[in-house]
Amino acid sequence: MTRRRRHHQGRVDAPVLLALTVAVTLFTVLPMLLSVSAGLTNNFSRGLASGLTTRWIAEVWALYGATAWRSLLLALACVVVALLVGVPCAWALARSRSRAARLFEELLTLPVAVPGLATALALILAYGQLRGFRQSFAFILVGHVVFTLPFMVRTVSAAFARDDLQSLDEAARSLGARFVQRFLGVLVPAVAPSIVAGSLMVFTLSVGEFNLTWMLHTPLTRTLPVGLADSYASMRIEIGSAYTLVFFIVILPMLWGMQALARWIENAHGSSPGPRR
Amino acid sequence: MLLAACVAPAAVVFAAFWLLPMVELALLPATKGAATYFAVLTEPRYLQSLVQTTLLSAAVTLVALAIAAAVGLYLGRRSFAGRRLLLAVLTLPLSFPGVIVGFFVILVGGRQGPVAGFTEALVGERITFAYGITGLFLAYVYFSLPRAIASFTAVAERMEHELEEAARSLGARRWHLVRDVWWPALQPTALAVGAILFATAMGAFGTAFTLASRYEVLPITIYNEFTNYANFALAASLSLALGLMTWAVLFAARRFGAATVGAGA
Repeated sequence: MTRRRRHHQGRVDAPVLLALTVAVTLFTVLPMLLSVSAGLTNNFSRGLASGLTTRWIAEVWALYGATAWRSLLLALACVVVALLVGVPCAWALARSRSRAARLFEELLTLPVAVPGLATALALILAYGQLRGFRQSFAFILVGHVVFTLPFMVRTVSAAFARDDLQSLDEAARSLGARFVQRFLGVLVPAVAPSIVAGSLMVFTLSVGEFNLTWMLHTPLTRTLPVGLADSYASMRIEIGSAYTLVFFIVILPMLWGMQALARWIENAHGSSPGPRR
Repeated sequence: MLLAACVAPAAVVFAAFWLLPMVELALLPATKGAATYFAVLTEPRYLQSLVQTTLLSAAVTLVALAIAAAVGLYLGRRSFAGRRLLLAVLTLPLSFPGVIVGFFVILVGGRQGPVAGFTEALVGERITFAYGITGLFLAYVYFSLPRAIASFTAVAERMEHELEEAARSLGARRWHLVRDVWWPALQPTALAVGAILFATAMGAFGTAFTLASRYEVLPITIYNEFTNYANFALAASLSLALGLMTWAVLFAARRFGAATVGAGA
């Protein structure tokens, strides 16, 4: 969108808003900086004077390194399942005007409206006896999938609902293309930016998910947020800080990279007719 | 039929891993008598937890909305170098797990934190705020602000300047400007975001779990009933009450919000 010219510089009310903005920025940033510095300090209560070290990070990596890869793999698996299950569903929901479709869409978003703790309890009550399933990653994965699926479906469904896509589909059909061909060859590429955006959302939510995961995990299926909670509760504060720093280093650049990729795809896609946000 | 075939995988996953387990959860309290469903209202301990959670969430929502509206108005309507970066920094906590936010509060206001050290030097007493209601409140505001700031900034970017210019040139007082120009423009967003913030705060578990606060909130009560006392029927009943509440708030906001937007269009 083109930015409108601003003719509001130096208004009377600006000092209050500016002061609040600065205060909120400090409120947001200072704890992050304190956490980063604590993870690199020999002794947190003595402060930076006690000297800098990377030994806490090394210790965290030895103790909890596996959780980082597990979380990334889990989030990727969650994206794959959400794509396979969610994209066809999004198309059907965009196509159907029936009450049943609206009801289903409403039901599908319930896992977001209801606290994760409730979903986790329900899963444990229903499947807790199935030992193999209960102790595997699949148990956490299904929890993440039902929680993130509505984000994928809603984002992609909104894109599928465009009028020009309906006529594109009609045209392909009149040329004799079968549904699978049309779906994979015409419809999915046309909504690619939304699919990427949905995937990014699913990945971000899954990688940081704690409320469900804490209930669903076992000692062998700890994810990064679960490991963080464990270190906060049982390790010295420097270890907790170093672990938080590991989260920042491993997860945030990945999210930024994916966001940049999503923007790039959207821009590259913008040259074709239609896509509007 | 084609549409049904496309929905089928999602329907199966949803039914198997959410709907049916949830039905089982909803039926569980009945095994301990129908009264179990109302435990959150009839047992003083649980009622207190519910009231505390609701009060905290309401206060957090109002404070976060007010602050975020101001920040959004500032960021959304002026351009300066680094504006995008600042917005990215302010919304960064959106990708933090709740446990990290709880840990931040422990770092700043806990026993070993700089606030304790500072107050010891100043008044000879180590003041900590991490483990009580102040810590919970600050942590909840911390994770609520980014979402609200992102939304309000987006709205402020689209706000009409003409009305405000006209009001100013007619000598409107600042309070009137807030009431007659800003509030109508921001109100639908405040309602929608407010509902999300409130529901998120009500259900927040990770942050409260890390802080292990003396001020007990409902998710922690549920967790304790389930894990420490193996009281599954009660945990189910409390989860239902909490889920019903957050869902109702979100649903009402969507209904009511859609109505106001529709009337305005």
